[in-house]
Amino acid sequence: MTSITDLHQQLENLRPGLYRFAQLQLRNECAAEDAVQETLLAVLEKPDSFAGNSSLRTYVTGILKFKIIDHLRSLKKEKPLEIKDDESEDDLIDSLFNANGHVIGTPTVWGAPEATLQEKDFFRVLEVCLENLPAKTARVFMMREWLELETEEICKELDLSTSNLWVVLYRARLRLRECLDLNWFGKVSSGEKI
Amino acid sequence: MSVFIVCKQAHQLISEGLDRPLSLPERTQLKMHLAICRACTGFDGQMSFLRKAMKKTASEGLPSEADNTGIEGRAK
Repeated sequence: MTSITDLHQQLENLRPGLYRFAQLQLRNECAAEDAVQETLLAVLEKPDSFAGNSSLRTYVTGILKFKIIDHLRSLKKEKPLEIKDDESEDDLIDSLFNANGHVIGTPTVWGAPEATLQEKDFFRVLEVCLENLPAKTARVFMMREWLELETEEICKELDLSTSNLWVVLYRARLRLRECLDLNWFGKVSSGEKI
Repeated sequence: MSVFIVCKQAHQLISEGLDRPLSLPERTQLKMHLAICRACTGFDGQMSFLRKAMKKTASEGLPSEADNTGIEGRAK
């Protein structure tokens, strides 16, 4: 059983990671700060709810996700999300294929996926890649992959058609693949990894 | 509807398969395409990997060590 001061300290240590997690999705410093603050308060108000079955970080991240969803909703009211700016990027998809629809070039092989998932450095690169996504694409992608919302829910929240949503997600994945290729897998195969 | 699809369609189906259940014809088309296309099989593996990596971050959150400088430094 950890004392309340220990818990305070541990939460304080988690704060930067939680903030980045929220900020990546909300792209709004105030909202991200609020979401983290509310999360920490919720944990401190009921310290006994943390049963210790998972790590504290996992537990707190779970709460943070709900707070992020709340904030996404209120942000939507203030500033409705427009996906348009990303829609003109059809060349992102088109550039991968020739006129017959065949892949141009061969994709790099991403070796040792299981080992990669154990590497902290990999997740730093992933974070940078997520940060580099266009804000709106990032929001949609992370609602799907981090908040693990169903597509119908995301469409409803953001007033998107399902086919539009699929394309946004597809584009996000293509961009992330390109970024990971350049900044992680490319380096691994050429032996430049630190 | 042909059972043969090209890479462009296969790529899209691979991504959409992560967001909705593919129909039986779509699954068949994709399976047949993957059987003969190394590039799309590679892409399929990359997409499953990306899903796994995101899932791991979703449950475990982001690391909080004092390494923020490294991340911000590289992002610029």
